Amino acid sequence: MNYYAIKAIYHFEMARWWRTVTQSIISPVLSTSLYFIVFGAAIGSRIESVEGVSYAAFIVPGLIMLSLLQQSLSNASFGIYFPKFSGTVYEILTAPISHVETVIAFVGAAATKSIILALIILGTSTLFVDLQIQHPVWMMVFMVLTAVTFSLIGFIIGIWADGFEKLQLIPLLVVTPLAFLGGTFYSISMLPETWQTIALLNPVVYLVSGFRWSFYGVADVNVAISLGMTLLFMGLSLAIIAWIFRTGYRLRS
Amino acid sequence: MNMHTTTTQPAVVISGLSKTYDTGFSALKNVNLEIRSGEIFALLGPNGAGKTTLIGTICGLVRPTSGKILVGGHDVVTEFRKTRAMIGLVPQELTSDRFETVWATVSFTRGLFGKPRNDAVIEKILRALSLWDKKDNKLITLSGGMKRRVLIAKALSHEPEILFLDEPTAGVDVELRRDMWNVVRDLREQGVTIILTTHYIEEAEEMADRIGVISNGEIILVEEKSELMAKLGKKDLTIQLQEPLAALPPALHGTGLKLAESGEELIYTYNSQADRTGIAHLISAVSAEGIRIKDLSTRQSSLEDIFIGLLRDRT
Repeated sequence: MNYYAIKAIYHFEMARWWRTVTQSIISPVLSTSLYFIVFGAAIGSRIESVEGVSYAAFIVPGLIMLSLLQQSLSNASFGIYFPKFSGTVYEILTAPISHVETVIAFVGAAATKSIILALIILGTSTLFVDLQIQHPVWMMVFMVLTAVTFSLIGFIIGIWADGFEKLQLIPLLVVTPLAFLGGTFYSISMLPETWQTIALLNPVVYLVSGFRWSFYGVADVNVAISLGMTLLFMGLSLAIIAWIFRTGYRLRS
Repeated sequence: MNMHTTTTQPAVVISGLSKTYDTGFSALKNVNLEIRSGEIFALLGPNGAGKTTLIGTICGLVRPTSGKILVGGHDVVTEFRKTRAMIGLVPQELTSDRFETVWATVSFTRGLFGKPRNDAVIEKILRALSLWDKKDNKLITLSGGMKRRVLIAKALSHEPEILFLDEPTAGVDVELRRDMWNVVRDLREQGVTIILTTHYIEEAEEMADRIGVISNGEIILVEEKSELMAKLGKKDLTIQLQEPLAALPPALHGTGLKLAESGEELIYTYNSQADRTGIAHLISAVSAEGIRIKDLSTRQSSLEDIFIGLLRDRT
């Protein structure tokens, strides 16, 4: 194991994050706070409690999940895309570092960043709502699994993208809609029956549902299924990355 | 291939290496090459000859289509950790992490190549490349020449045994060239093998122990620089005349002599290694015509001339 290389990339990525603290931390915290104010306080005060939880508190896990998904994707995709764009990726490709180590370093850093951010948002939310977390350990499990999975997906996007537009394409056109439709702001049981079934095709439903269960003990789908699906997405992402490295796709000519 | 026997293991052994890109373009065709440990080897060839692809296959940037590459006796594919740790690469293109400082980016490379932090080593490298006073500058603030220095510093940060310099002096000022050659000489004294690609022949002529010529993905020649110069070296004899001639006298036709445009010089090109150069005969023939000689000079042809000659012979 090239421990020094993992450390070097990890530190490099974290340093880049701190350097752009306004964009990387303050701005997501601000936008999430706005969601709390608008949906939680202003609109939420007119909505009855959902499954026994006040609406403002109900949306907290969903909002954290939303940030976690978006940040994991953007951190990881940018982290690997930028060296490709600037040409400095030659260094990583010529270094005595295995594929697994490269992924651990980049994905580890991206996941760390989004988890830190999620925890900051969690902390911020306590300013707005009265929060309870029934299963803190499971909450962390879901958080870490989701962060890692979406960082893996971000890594794939970063390798696939050959321009800034493509870098934004999947997060904006696929992940954001899925996140919004995945029960971030509502329980899918509030949907008409047909749509409930369709919603089950949305991977984000499982993530949000499992995560919300760790807070309030209520879930749209069985928590074991949520966990299983999360692990499945992670496995899929790992398989794609393994293929990328085996074939040298968009990395080695 | 040179048949010198050396006791130490060769730094790089390439056998039967080919690379065909997905587009069908054949960048390397059955390349066989051995780089000796501790030598400065210049890989010479025109743009697009396959120099960068060849380096890329050794360093891990390009996947060979077929063939085998050993670095320090280790296979670059199956034992990539060992081989890559031995290699430092200075790429042709100026790439940099714009917002990093010189110190951070050079230290980063050291870590990436699996070496523990060592500030003394980094300091020594930065000083040797006149980068020490810029160590806290962000890369974006540096000039092109300075960025090139940073790339060299990065390549040296993990104290490699083999250094690749891909077109090291493209767009580089005189001062940097001098610094760079000093560093290269120091490295050679420490036993580092240096492989440089260039299409500037003076560069190879100035620095290299051996020269390989690559053209259209094939190594067409590998020679000691001195042997190459001697073997293929032609000399020009220039005879300056007291009075200009309007035309070459008929008696001198067929001797190989040419009259310069000004009419003030006669030029004779000959092979300096030949047993009979024909110079003595030529001088007497010129005197017999009553042409008075003012001065004589000879010039060894440069690698550039040799190189152009080589490529012309193949086409």
